[in-house]
Amino acid sequence: MLEAILISIATAATPLFLAAIGELVAERAGVLNLGVEGMMAMGAVTGFGVGLATGSPAIGALAAIVVGAVFSQLFAFLTLTLASNQVATGLALTLLGLGISGQIGEAYVGQPGIRMGPVFLGLDPIFWFSLLLLVAVAWFLFHTKPGLKIRAVGDSHVSAHALGVPVIAIRYGAVAFGGACAGLAGAYLSLVYTPQWVEAMTSGRGWIALALVVFASWRPVRVLVGAWLFGAITIGQLQVQAMSLSTITGLPAPFDSIVGALKAVPSQFLSSLPYLATVLVLVLISRNRRLALVNTPASLGQPFVPDR
Amino acid sequence: MLSVEGLTKRFGTLVANDAVDLVIKPGEIHALLGENGAGKSTFVKMLFGSLRPDAGVIRWEGNPVSIETPGEARALGIGMVFQHFSLFEALTAGENIALAFEGGGTGHGAIGARAREVSETYGLPIDPDALVGELSVGERQRIEIVRCLMQDPKLIILDEPTSVLTPQEAEKLFETLERLKSEGRSVLYISHRLDEVRRLCDSATVLRHGRVVAHCTPSEETAGSLAAMMVGEEVEGFSRASAAVDHASDRAVLRLNGLSLPAASPFAVPLKDIDLTVPAGMVIGIAGVAGNGQGELFEALSGEVLQNRADMVSIDGSAAGHMDIEERRALGAAFVPEERLGHGAAPAMALTDNLFLSRHGTDSALFTGTLGSILKNKLKAVAAHISETMDVRKGAPDPHASALSGGNLQKYLVGRELDREPLLIIVNQPTWGVDAGAAARIRGALANVARRGGAVLAISQDLDELFEIADAIAVMHHGRMSRPIPIEEATREKIGLLMGGADPDHAELAEMQA
Repeated sequence: MLEAILISIATAATPLFLAAIGELVAERAGVLNLGVEGMMAMGAVTGFGVGLATGSPAIGALAAIVVGAVFSQLFAFLTLTLASNQVATGLALTLLGLGISGQIGEAYVGQPGIRMGPVFLGLDPIFWFSLLLLVAVAWFLFHTKPGLKIRAVGDSHVSAHALGVPVIAIRYGAVAFGGACAGLAGAYLSLVYTPQWVEAMTSGRGWIALALVVFASWRPVRVLVGAWLFGAITIGQLQVQAMSLSTITGLPAPFDSIVGALKAVPSQFLSSLPYLATVLVLVLISRNRRLALVNTPASLGQPFVPDR
Repeated sequence: MLSVEGLTKRFGTLVANDAVDLVIKPGEIHALLGENGAGKSTFVKMLFGSLRPDAGVIRWEGNPVSIETPGEARALGIGMVFQHFSLFEALTAGENIALAFEGGGTGHGAIGARAREVSETYGLPIDPDALVGELSVGERQRIEIVRCLMQDPKLIILDEPTSVLTPQEAEKLFETLERLKSEGRSVLYISHRLDEVRRLCDSATVLRHGRVVAHCTPSEETAGSLAAMMVGEEVEGFSRASAAVDHASDRAVLRLNGLSLPAASPFAVPLKDIDLTVPAGMVIGIAGVAGNGQGELFEALSGEVLQNRADMVSIDGSAAGHMDIEERRALGAAFVPEERLGHGAAPAMALTDNLFLSRHGTDSALFTGTLGSILKNKLKAVAAHISETMDVRKGAPDPHASALSGGNLQKYLVGRELDREPLLIIVNQPTWGVDAGAAARIRGALANVARRGGAVLAISQDLDELFEIADAIAVMHHGRMSRPIPIEEATREKIGLLMGGADPDHAELAEMQA
């Protein structure tokens, strides 16, 4: 029972974590890409479609990574090369991604999908890969020269340019990584979480991922904590909702009254609980203003136009 | 070593550099002199590969070179110590240094060891693990210099290096520069501080409006003759307000009583227990190295940040600590912030609109008609009057604030506040980035406030300016303020020691011993 719950929590948390860790790298480089939801939707439809066509969920996931990265380069070209507004362009990317994925996915509606099965401890390969990714990203950002350059570009692109760091090239790379991660996160939804295609099946997870990055104050480990918390409460409230539908009777006195109290809670409140609790907890752990400001990329969202 | 012929750079219709020639010999300290906006920064950016010249030749050790990126400049042996903008506040000193080098680690391994070696050799102590955002400006400059020296440059470009230092820190810097010179390295020293240049530099090139107006030997010139070359005209003299008439009274126009303010961000400075009285008829100057709480003090006084206790700030006898900006203005106070665009003026709005924005509360009877409609013609008349009295030069009758040059906008902003005939004017960096002619006019206008019986609080990093206009100088250090030192007792040494953090009694003691 506990094992099953843990597995379902991990499955709920992984897409959020994947999307958020990619966005974290982009934002550390100073690029605010609000198109995560759209890139996830593209990844989801690609993963589903390619998985179905090839019969291999692994190939589906790889295709989703590539499509996410390529799709993100549209955003990168508009905001980095043409210096368009990042917020507006990101919103457009989300709408575009949802629209295109819906169009492509029309043929897949109602079709049974292909599922990526567990490989170790009841969990799928992408989950294990996401843990490796956490270690790799944390090490890369804080202990390697390219990671240092990413943080430098995000802190002050003017200074970085003056030192000869290729600001635009680094940002292209960071956005591509974010896109690849969002694509994989989308594929996780349509290959592992619920192996089928439903239009707009990302259902706001891209936005949650964006919020996670901010409330985790741009720290990789905190992103994982936030994603797990969200996953845990999502699963927890589903259990409670299921419980209130069932008719459990004859429990000992204290449990009886607890179940009774839980049944009285409106289900809408329970559904909103993961969002509320995640935001609340991450706000509390990021209340150290000094750390928060040190970790906040100072040039986030600002277009960079080198004067020549 | 380096020779430049006919270097030209245009930005649209503006010619920032017009056929600039310059020769730097090995082992010399060469000064590049000029007013703000004369084209000094544009010139060095071209030398360092951050800007691409439109015409002209750069020769390095006799060979024509094309410097496309800062990396290429470094490869040739040109190092640069920037005035601003090239350190990352959220990174450590070691990481900042490592970023300037290809390959290698992140500031802990070989690069860190080399940084320590250089910092010891040249007497420039740095802590590689310190977060740059938490360091003083002098410490930041040391990081920049160490980073530059680690590349073993043959030519070192320093952009206004002493503008952010205490006189004592500047002395240390001069020692380092002499040492570099003795090693056969050349230095291009950009400054508008003439005394320094005369003392330190072997030769000089003077720029005005993007053109070279003179090549000279600074030690053979006087400060006056150098200034005349820079400005192109004699700068009018200035007489202190109190020197003319004795009108200082006991009426305290501004009184600070234990003013304290916690830091608003990790990089901000908390204000600690500041007491100060600015009497009518006086100009009080606030000196201090940048980032010692001057900005925070201005925000607290202007009402951008409110105080915990109402009596921490009193304006003309009224406790104003809980009042907002508009209420403080109503008591007779006027404010000119440091940041002209975005703080002092809305950049994309016309001068008349900017006039209305700061005066609609105090002069609503003058500028608004029935139902609160804005009287445009009144605004135009007053704006024209301000432009005339302050000699604001503008391209259109009512341009956007951002269309004015820094000096002209500053004249307009000071004029806008003075036009109200305020009882108290608080100015932060009154003439920062302003040419000498405009600076003289602004200083004269401030002195007039005191002559009329008003009070002036001038926060400035420019000691020369404070010695020129202030009747007493108080010094800020780490958010604390010294007592105001009457101008007759104030010496550069004493103020310099206070800027470096010596306590006032100790400063006097040190001076007596000296």
